Amino acid sequence: MATEEHAGGLQIHPMDQFVVKPLFGDGPIEWYTPTNVTLWMGIAVLAMIALLVLSTRRRAIVPSRGQSVAEMFYGFIHKMVEDVAGHEGLKFFPYIMTLFMFVFLSNMLGLIPMSFTTTSHIAVTAVLALLVFLTVTLVGFYRKGIGFLSMFWVSSAPLILRPILAIIELISYFVRPLSHSIRLGGNLMAGHAVIKVFAGFAGAMGVASVVPIAAIAAIYGLELLVAAVQAYVFTILTCVYLRDAVGDAHH
Amino acid sequence: MATEAHGEAGKAVGMPQLDFSTWPNQIFWLLVTLVVIYLVLSKIALPRIGAVLADRKSTITNDLAAAEELKQRAVAAEKAYNDALATARTEAAKIVAQAKAEIQKDLDAATATADAEIAAKAAESEKTIAVIRDGAAAAVAEVARDVAGELVAALGGKADASAVTAAVTARLKG
Repeated sequence: MATEEHAGGLQIHPMDQFVVKPLFGDGPIEWYTPTNVTLWMGIAVLAMIALLVLSTRRRAIVPSRGQSVAEMFYGFIHKMVEDVAGHEGLKFFPYIMTLFMFVFLSNMLGLIPMSFTTTSHIAVTAVLALLVFLTVTLVGFYRKGIGFLSMFWVSSAPLILRPILAIIELISYFVRPLSHSIRLGGNLMAGHAVIKVFAGFAGAMGVASVVPIAAIAAIYGLELLVAAVQAYVFTILTCVYLRDAVGDAHH
Repeated sequence: MATEAHGEAGKAVGMPQLDFSTWPNQIFWLLVTLVVIYLVLSKIALPRIGAVLADRKSTITNDLAAAEELKQRAVAAEKAYNDALATARTEAAKIVAQAKAEIQKDLDAATATADAEIAAKAAESEKTIAVIRDGAAAAVAEVARDVAGELVAALGGKADASAVTAAVTARLKG
């Protein structure tokens, strides 16, 4: 790295923004060390409290603006859970709301310049996806017993195809947490890295840097969309998976 | 690898996402965060928002029901008003007819009484006139007799009273 810096020219470090650093000092990162991860997750918690708790403290029949937003989030996720996972899935509404609020707020907070995007880390998204995977699997076996396995045995297919389909279904079931987590983390990481790369161009191009700056503005708009859509996708996929566990086998 | 990744003033080597030395830290704080969010949501935020939404729904339902009831009452009141109006009209017409009949009766009675009085007065007057006329006729006959007797005496004749009377009576009748 030192040689690169001496060589001059284009100095772009798009991955620096993802480095996990201790908040205080330079010590090693133990599992309990307060890091920038701690800071930005804490900010996400505070934002969630401001959005859903402080704004609704008046419990008004005619809502204020803040309360309307809180009710909109509530209604949006509540309807999604009910529509996708079915009425039985409403028991998991607080759990799904937790996932959605965390992913959505982390994505949005990550778009603040100089901030740290917790959901761009595979460690975070993998844990989120594994929690969903374990929940769905355990709830499925708890509610349906061995009958939960019947979702791998496609009874509407010709008998000869069923073993093959069962293998495919089984593989796709176990790939779920992988795709679930990498979709979210990859999208966030790629978007932030691209913005950083363009920002590096802007620093090196003099007057012509209006072009990369305009590109950053455009990509930033796109990233806002991605942040919201990825939170939505993560949540709705959770509902879809949950439906296998709580809903009817055939849907 | 681990020390390099976060060692030099936050310079990344490769992908920080794959620096597994930071994973326990991230996973620990993620679980703390998720538990906090879950507790806040399930204990405070979601029951509160759910209650507010349910309240609003029931308020709206109640208001709509109340509006419907008020509308029904307004319709009923209008109907009652119209009924009362119709009843009052019939009643008024009846009273008018009754009053007219009574007035007519009184009028007829008064007319009859007046007619009778007039007839009585007319009869009386006729009687009086007849008496006066008879009196006048008798007076005329006597005057005529006296005048006739005096005329006869003045002409130098001898007046025969009975002849004069007969002649005057005959003349008066003629």
